[in-house]
Amino acid sequence: MALSDFLLMRNELLLTLIAIIIVVAELAFSPQKQHKIVSMTLWLFFAITIAGFIPAAKGVLFGGMFHNSELTILMKNILNIAVLIVFIQSYSWIKKPENNYKIAEYFLLIVSTLIGMNFMISSGDFLMFYLGLELATIPVAALAAYDRYKNKSAEAGVKLILSSALSSAILLYGISMIYGSTGSIYFAEVVPRISSNPLQTLAFIFFFAGMAFKISLVPFHLWAADVYEGAPINITSYLSVVSKGAAVFIFTIILFTVFSPVMAMWKDVLYIISILTMTVGNLFALRQQNMKRFLAFSSIAQAGFILLGIIDGSQFGMTSVIYFVLIYVFSNLGAFGVVAAISNVTGKETMSDYNGFYRTNPKLSLVMMLSLFSLAGIPPVAGFFGKFFLFASAAHQGYYWLVFIAVLNATISLYYYLMPVKAMFINKSDSPIVFFRSDGMTRLGLLICVAGMVVVGFASAIYEYIRMLSFGG
Amino acid sequence: MIDFSYTILIPLIPFFMFVFLGLAGWKFKPMVSGILGTTGLFVAALLSYYTAFEYFFHTEKILGAYQKLTGFNTVWLQLTDKLHIDLGVLLDPISVMMLVVITTVSFMVHLYSLGYMKGDTGFVRFYSFLSLFSFSMLGLVVATNIFQMYIFWELVGVSSYLLISYYYDKPTAVAAGKKAFIVTRFADLGFLIGILLLSWLTGTFDFKTLTGAHSPVITQGAGVAFMGLSLMTWSLILVFIGGAGKSAMFPLHIWLPDAMEGPTPVSALIHAATMVVAGVYMVARLFPIYFMAPGAGAGLEVVAYVGAFTSLFAAVIACTQFDIKRVLAYSTMSQIGYMMLALGVSGYGGHEGLGFMASMFHLFTHAMFKALLFLGAGAIIHAVHSNVMQDMGGLRKYLPITHITFLIACLTIAGVPPFSAFWSKDEILAAAFHHNKLLFLVEYIVAGLTAFYMFRLYFNVFWGKEKQYHHTPHEAPFTMTIPLMILAVASIFTGFIPFSKLVTSDGVAFASETEMMIAIPSVVIGLLGIGIAWLLYKKESSLPDRIAAGLGGFHKWAYNKFYFDEIYLFVTKKLIFARISRPIAWFDRHIVDGSMNGIAWVTTTTSEKIKGLQSGQLQQYGFVFISGAIILALVFGYLLIF
Repeated sequence: MALSDFLLMRNELLLTLIAIIIVVAELAFSPQKQHKIVSMTLWLFFAITIAGFIPAAKGVLFGGMFHNSELTILMKNILNIAVLIVFIQSYSWIKKPENNYKIAEYFLLIVSTLIGMNFMISSGDFLMFYLGLELATIPVAALAAYDRYKNKSAEAGVKLILSSALSSAILLYGISMIYGSTGSIYFAEVVPRISSNPLQTLAFIFFFAGMAFKISLVPFHLWAADVYEGAPINITSYLSVVSKGAAVFIFTIILFTVFSPVMAMWKDVLYIISILTMTVGNLFALRQQNMKRFLAFSSIAQAGFILLGIIDGSQFGMTSVIYFVLIYVFSNLGAFGVVAAISNVTGKETMSDYNGFYRTNPKLSLVMMLSLFSLAGIPPVAGFFGKFFLFASAAHQGYYWLVFIAVLNATISLYYYLMPVKAMFINKSDSPIVFFRSDGMTRLGLLICVAGMVVVGFASAIYEYIRMLSFGG
Repeated sequence: MIDFSYTILIPLIPFFMFVFLGLAGWKFKPMVSGILGTTGLFVAALLSYYTAFEYFFHTEKILGAYQKLTGFNTVWLQLTDKLHIDLGVLLDPISVMMLVVITTVSFMVHLYSLGYMKGDTGFVRFYSFLSLFSFSMLGLVVATNIFQMYIFWELVGVSSYLLISYYYDKPTAVAAGKKAFIVTRFADLGFLIGILLLSWLTGTFDFKTLTGAHSPVITQGAGVAFMGLSLMTWSLILVFIGGAGKSAMFPLHIWLPDAMEGPTPVSALIHAATMVVAGVYMVARLFPIYFMAPGAGAGLEVVAYVGAFTSLFAAVIACTQFDIKRVLAYSTMSQIGYMMLALGVSGYGGHEGLGFMASMFHLFTHAMFKALLFLGAGAIIHAVHSNVMQDMGGLRKYLPITHITFLIACLTIAGVPPFSAFWSKDEILAAAFHHNKLLFLVEYIVAGLTAFYMFRLYFNVFWGKEKQYHHTPHEAPFTMTIPLMILAVASIFTGFIPFSKLVTSDGVAFASETEMMIAIPSVVIGLLGIGIAWLLYKKESSLPDRIAAGLGGFHKWAYNKFYFDEIYLFVTKKLIFARISRPIAWFDRHIVDGSMNGIAWVTTTTSEKIKGLQSGQLQQYGFVFISGAIILALVFGYLLIF
């Protein structure tokens, strides 16, 4: 292996380097100085995010197990940006005294999962894919239990690890069937041997169930609400944005490449699951009073919408999926950012606590409103364009009924997305949350989100770029 | 080739001023914000002059014709391979001319408002809105395609709404703003349908393609007929409806007089020089289509007759009004009618395009002298704190500068040589004369009426008996008088600009000479109008009232603006609201809302019923997970086997 080959894994290696630096720093710094790890990691991660935009080599490593292309680099960059925002948003939370002894833990675990996701996206065979997936999942369970002395957080960790063990088992079962029937685990070699015989159909269903767990599609979603609610809020936002985004990316790639011979079949599966996910996600989100749980269920419904883009199966579909995930990163992190800011200062997480919030904190309310508008798909925020292209791609393939149901669901979602807005702007409260000035980092994080929500929608260059890199059958 | 990409700055500078003043203006002293806004417009004006100079004197002509240049362009929305919406800057004689007009008048108004609006609580808001309006208007005239024009067209509508209802605590101002917005918005519906029809017929939004030599217009849409006119003609008429709304053409004129509720500088900017000529500009922009599209001559006929009728109609009303700003408003309508008429009677290319050239020429001169009239009126109102003529009289002693500049403007609009409007109006009359004698006659009479009502205003305000003033009227501060003087100079000399060499229908220069046969009678009727006004109003007498009484019903009709507001109210309230809107509202409330509420009920009930699924028990989650996978497998196994 030539030295230049390592450059193909640039992002992965740099992340590994950060992980090592964090471990060393934790050992080297005295307990009083642990908090320095926060700024250090932020700066390092910022550097990596920037470095991700340097054009990189394309190629294949390890005999086809790992491959790197402009598309995978784009996906990794999106994840990097998302994680950077999560880090910025968790700045004030992680610096709280009670977290002092486990600062390094937080960053180390997140960076590890990110390495896993990177390998997963770049994987060229099922083994690398599975390793990446596990690396991206197991540390998250530890993260969910980050506040381990809080019952809910501990419960979240246990629930996540047990459920994901189950899903991994099923997924592996599916992969083993594919191996058994095709004699290979390399994507490129598997493709020509895939057909819709019963065994491979079963294999696909099992593989699908495993992935559906990660993306929290109904009926494989039940873990999500409990885990999202139990985990500390910054980790919830990480889970619902970055983890989900990475899983959507690799899911799309594998469907479009490995399972392209049975496209007709997986389109049927997605059709059913998409309707189920949108509808059930919405029906549950309607009832939520806890803001974290509310965003969790809404993110389940969002996953249902994403399937509309995947089901298209063409270049247009993949473009709309990646574009939507990019917008979703900014919108959802914006919403989570506000919820986190409020929760950090006041500890309040219920929707009724938000009554009259606009009068006391107009700026945060406006950010929240923009984010919710973007999630609901109201123009002119980017979310509208994201959803528009998703719907257009499904309509493009003639799935008019699916689009119709999606539009109905989008209308229902409008209702619950506007509930917090109504609480903040219209409802009056005798004891609203008092005015507080959020710290610079929180504001920076929210500013990036708002900028993203505005710019991504209007800069057609971004969409064109994604379209150039996308592919499809 | 000269690089014109910097022209994008001309609209962008006011835009940044708007954003900056809107967001951060309150941090400065009001006057600082005002000066910042004014400076922005000053820079934009300098850039426009430079652009005009470079464009007219340094760009290469092809076959003697000025070319349509794209200074800047970016594709904004790619709808299909061919159809896309661009945002950019198109430079051709008329857009360059409009850049000069808008930035000049806007700069004058900015400067003037420093004095006029001084001490007003919303001073910063006023300046940020002024900048927004300037940005919208500049974006409109440099539009490279009809859709960009539409976007800025609506922005112009919004910003004029904001400016008209600037005194938002005054109910009449709010009502006037709403009226202006709704009426023009209603007309814009026609514009939008026209755009859609036009782009459907031709497959493009782009002006260059549409009006070029190989325009798809020539071949498309000729055959299909609806009510005796081709679809192309319909699209052009619909587009013209939009223009008629913005330019206050009959019968969509009702908003303009009310819009005088806005601050006077706003009236000078919006209702004299810029927004109200947007309709004229649009027809001029699409003129080759209006002229060349097969069977579209009917479109031009409509333009000509609407213009002529409006100019007569408005001139008659102007003779009876007492509010000086309303007189000016009706005068504006009348003058825009002139411009529309000139376009309507114009041919294409060379001397045939005399009407086109005359229309643009008059647009230019009118912008200068009408802005001057409005700003002068502002200085008068500033001095006596009233809008009505009865409260004024003998002001020439107190307001010497205003008096002289106002007199110059009145002489200009009356068409007295050598002031600018003499030249431009003369060209219009000549164009009308060679095309249609009836229209010529109408315009000829209007010329006399114009001179009459302007000097009626002039004598009433500056001569006659002095009234009891609360305090002695005093001349306005220099920030207000300097714009007056500059515009007065412009009113005198802009008539000497050789428009037939610069701004013509096909870009090729032609020679136009003053036709004595038309010029002399038009001066005569102008002087006649002035003379009658002199007789009636120089000294206060009961003669005007007796004449008004003698005219009886007709005067009352004209004084009440021919009851058009009442007709509109009757149609909207009694007919549309009562007969159409109410039943629809009932349907909406009971049937539509009812079914929506039904859906909401179903949704919440289902949601209530299925909440047991989310029990929090991990065993159950696992069970659902496995069952889900198995059910999927069964379903697809079943599908596979059968």
